[in-house]
Amino acid sequence: MNALVALIAGTVFGIGLAMSGMTDTAKVQGFLDLFGTWVPDLAFVMGGAVLVTAIAFRFVLKRRAPLLVGQFHLPTARHIDGRLLTGSALFGIGWGLYGYCPGPAVAALAYLDWQPLVFVLSMLVGMGLRQITAR
Amino acid sequence: MSYLLPLAGGILIGLAALVMLLFLGRITGISSIVWSALSDAATSAWRWAFLAGLIVGPLAFHALSGQAAPAPNPSPWWLAVMAGVLVGYGTRLGSGCTSGHGVCGLGRLSMRSLAATLTFMATGIGTVYVLRHVLGAGA
Repeated sequence: MNALVALIAGTVFGIGLAMSGMTDTAKVQGFLDLFGTWVPDLAFVMGGAVLVTAIAFRFVLKRRAPLLVGQFHLPTARHIDGRLLTGSALFGIGWGLYGYCPGPAVAALAYLDWQPLVFVLSMLVGMGLRQITAR
Repeated sequence: MSYLLPLAGGILIGLAALVMLLFLGRITGISSIVWSALSDAATSAWRWAFLAGLIVGPLAFHALSGQAAPAPNPSPWWLAVMAGVLVGYGTRLGSGCTSGHGVCGLGRLSMRSLAATLTFMATGIGTVYVLRHVLGAGA
């Protein structure tokens, strides 16, 4: 049941990414090209998504527990530290260089081009590198 | 009208994140889901199911809408490698990406996620600026 819900949610998420243009690296880089020929469309993606979460999450989080499991699994870290900012900065550089963040990169595997596959495999290497250097 | 599909897509993304939180109590952070699916495979059936859906979704969208799949990035392969490694390393070090910090973190009104989101937006914009207007690559 949990997996079925996740499959449905993942599919809706993937439809949303493709519909919104997030799987199109040219559009994403155009959106990030604030000082060039800025393509503002994708601001509406984040806007639409956060509109839903900002309104609905507060009601969900008032519940004692989710519908299918015993408890919520929420991030516990609170403070803004060097790791958070350095990691986010490096992520942004990679995002700008190519136009994929993790979700759209995985979703774009659907297109059976080599580019998303190379990107996702490299992303896994990067994640592994962080895991190794964290020890 | 060019804002309509991005807005509708964004709302779908938000609804998917809502379903994940309401039913499974989980934050929809793709970078974490990808990493944990591999590193914590034993308890990751829901993660693999989500990732499968993430790939099925675009297939369904392009098949049903008749809209062509976007052209892949024309950059050379080594740029995909470099960018992918940076995205992977950065999202683990920074505990999240556009979905976890952006869509979900901002939805939870987390200051930590706001700081992360402002940071990756800023370096993303800065990188495209250097790429296009200093180095003169692409459009």
